[in-house]
Amino acid sequence: MTRRVAITGIGAVTPGAPGTRGFWETVTGGKPTFRTITSFDPARFRSRVAAEVDFDPDRHGLTSRQRRRMDRAAQFAVVAAREALADGGLLLSDLDPVRTGVTVGSAVGCTVSLEREYAVVSDSGRLAVVDPAYASPHLPDYLVPASLAREVAWDAGAEGPACLVSTGCTSGLDAVAHGTEIIRDGGADVMLAGAADAPISPITVACFDAIKATSPDNDDPEHACRPFDATRAGFVLGEGAAMLVLEDLDAARARGVHVYAEIRGFASRCNAFHMTGLRPDGAEMAAAIEAALDEARIPADGVDYVNAHGSGTRQNDRHETAAIKRGLGEHAYRLPVSSIKSVVGHSLGAIGAIEVAASALAIDHDLVPPTANLHHPDPECDLDYVPVCAREQRVETVLSVGSGFGGFQSAMVLSAPGRWG
Amino acid sequence: MGDHAVVTGVAVASPSGLGTGAHWSATLAGRVAIGRITRFDASGYPVRIAGQVPGFEARDHLPGRLLPQTDHLTRLALVTADWALADSGLAPSAGEPLGYEESLRYGVVTANSAGGFAFGENELRKLWSTGPEKVSAYQSFAWFYAVNTGQISIRNGLRGPSGVLVSGQAGALDAIGQARRVLRKGASGVLTGGFDAALCSWGVTSQLVDPRISRDDDPGTAYRPFAAGASGHVIGEGGALLMLEREDEALARDAERHYGRVAGYAATLDPAPGSDRPPTLREAAALALDDAGIEPGRIDVVFADAAGTPELDRVEAAAIADLFGPYGVPVTAPKAMTGRLSAGGAAVDVATCLLAMRDGLIPPTADVRPDPAYRIDLVTGRPRRARIDHALVLARGEGGFNSALVLARPRPPEHRSKEPRC
Repeated sequence: MTRRVAITGIGAVTPGAPGTRGFWETVTGGKPTFRTITSFDPARFRSRVAAEVDFDPDRHGLTSRQRRRMDRAAQFAVVAAREALADGGLLLSDLDPVRTGVTVGSAVGCTVSLEREYAVVSDSGRLAVVDPAYASPHLPDYLVPASLAREVAWDAGAEGPACLVSTGCTSGLDAVAHGTEIIRDGGADVMLAGAADAPISPITVACFDAIKATSPDNDDPEHACRPFDATRAGFVLGEGAAMLVLEDLDAARARGVHVYAEIRGFASRCNAFHMTGLRPDGAEMAAAIEAALDEARIPADGVDYVNAHGSGTRQNDRHETAAIKRGLGEHAYRLPVSSIKSVVGHSLGAIGAIEVAASALAIDHDLVPPTANLHHPDPECDLDYVPVCAREQRVETVLSVGSGFGGFQSAMVLSAPGRWG
Repeated sequence: MGDHAVVTGVAVASPSGLGTGAHWSATLAGRVAIGRITRFDASGYPVRIAGQVPGFEARDHLPGRLLPQTDHLTRLALVTADWALADSGLAPSAGEPLGYEESLRYGVVTANSAGGFAFGENELRKLWSTGPEKVSAYQSFAWFYAVNTGQISIRNGLRGPSGVLVSGQAGALDAIGQARRVLRKGASGVLTGGFDAALCSWGVTSQLVDPRISRDDDPGTAYRPFAAGASGHVIGEGGALLMLEREDEALARDAERHYGRVAGYAATLDPAPGSDRPPTLREAAALALDDAGIEPGRIDVVFADAAGTPELDRVEAAAIADLFGPYGVPVTAPKAMTGRLSAGGAAVDVATCLLAMRDGLIPPTADVRPDPAYRIDLVTGRPRRARIDHALVLARGEGGFNSALVLARPRPPEHRSKEPRC
């Protein structure tokens, strides 16, 4: 019989208050964390707003070697993984190293370090053939972002299957699913699964400027991202990480640890349409939703809450609304749907894992986080998006969906342990 | 249980040849395909040689509209995808699209390590030398790791479960392992494998600080895995793609070719440097054999990772000698002729291994003379005739990623199962 997979530990590095507790207070408080970019001078860019993490590697006990070697995203991942392990009550000595694995999702890997080092070896873009005499010894780690997964594994003492999952903005959701499937397959007993991205750098901001995907509302950062609102104008770039401890549900029960949620089902599909564009009908995301529910053996009307992709671009929110209706039928109109990107921004590959963390916490607290900045309903987005204020209600089953460049569409179903037998 | 994921199509774009046939004949001939870097002027670089895919003109194979939005990496991957699909008897980009419902059951799972790096270098240069307004609208997706899977999905209308894994040279085996998982969950077919191509000046610079890259400038001697005094490896570009299908589905559509089955897979990670715990490559190989449900004695050839540095070669040779006994199984590393292709490397090895199985010929590790201290039976100089029923492919990603894949000879047609048992 296939093993059932439980989330027993959560770690988060996100904009706003620190740690998992701070993350949950931030997203349920509904106050956006957006501000004018401080990590570089954004004056020449179309979009100058971001959701930055106030991250102090010293406070988290990263050694000076780790800080020098590791990209910011890797530092986020390691810090989040430590919190998740502590939260799950797992000690290094409890784990069989080869039965403990790591999956980390990331859309753009070590892009900040790569850009920094590019500027050095190219003399700020002056050299058409860059000068290797100035190359950092850590460049191979930045070039191949599998280093994120390896750093987490080394820090935790894990020697089981390890890899980076990189499916654009569904990386986080897909990485948690990958970890889940490795446990189900018997490839590991415990997986540290999650995602990290720290993409706030000139090249990332410039490439989203070029396709006008990010919000140009620089004068009012707090309100720059307005998912599902009629006036929405794009997403706000974010950064962060969430790491989860995944383990066999029976094993978790046997050791008496708190189980946040069970991962019941997952599916992904591709739209095979366009690298960045979405067809308005949402057919492939709907197909992923149906397949995930089918694997979970939960009917559409068993879902209590949809944690949406909700990036706040014109086309995403329309596409996603159509997909939810197509995937859940009439029930779509009867349940809350919300986007935490309205508060913590869109951290590309990381956000999917951060949203799984939010979904598990919603189950744990019976509380639905709100969609901030939603004041003007859009006739094309006619579901209940939980505007502005969090809502207390029973949450036993959550559907979390994501959509990414490349056409990726993913859907995961989580439930309170024991809710569906 | 997993032995019902069958390979029905194979295609290769490697320094040893553009296309499966060219690759296979050069590989059997033991022809070294490493040469001077030609993509940029590398004459002032400490590393000046690499394995480059010969004779590739993207416009001969792809519509013009795809060229401005793709890196060399993705062009290679797109063309190879066309060939792998055609080899399996599917031709979705050549006027025979899958039906919509069917297309939701065919996915793409690839490995990649560096993304469209030359494209990214070009845009970084424009950004830093001129300004953000010069950055291409295609930069948002042309360089990132998911680009090959996304573009292959779009070109061929494949809408099924898809993915992208990054674990360096181990990546393609991890992708194939994931593709098998996707089939077990109910997909009909997955195009899988890996590619890398970061031989631009920024890409070579990002790789060459690795002390494991050979400083020997002679293409004939720079990369001599398992030789005494091996000096490191040579970098390269290219990769391979396989069409992996559930056996019952492949039979139902009368797929012409069954190259072999994916019978076992496992992955591990080495402990952190300075740990007193041993490396875990042997563990990965043993777990993959367990997964395949076979004893080591049934493996007829090992395609080695062949890192080419004394320390890493010793670890691998010890793992092989320990599992199979000293000189207990033929070992080969045709990548000695091409260099290490990162995510493309193990994909090419799997393709080569399936061709070896088909033709009963183990290709050589160029003309490397192995250090007798390793006590492995390295096939060198000329191909060796052998019936291959089971093969083990090993791959290691930079920094300790270990993956192992067991391939099995296709079952004779009368024993193939139309029951969905994968």
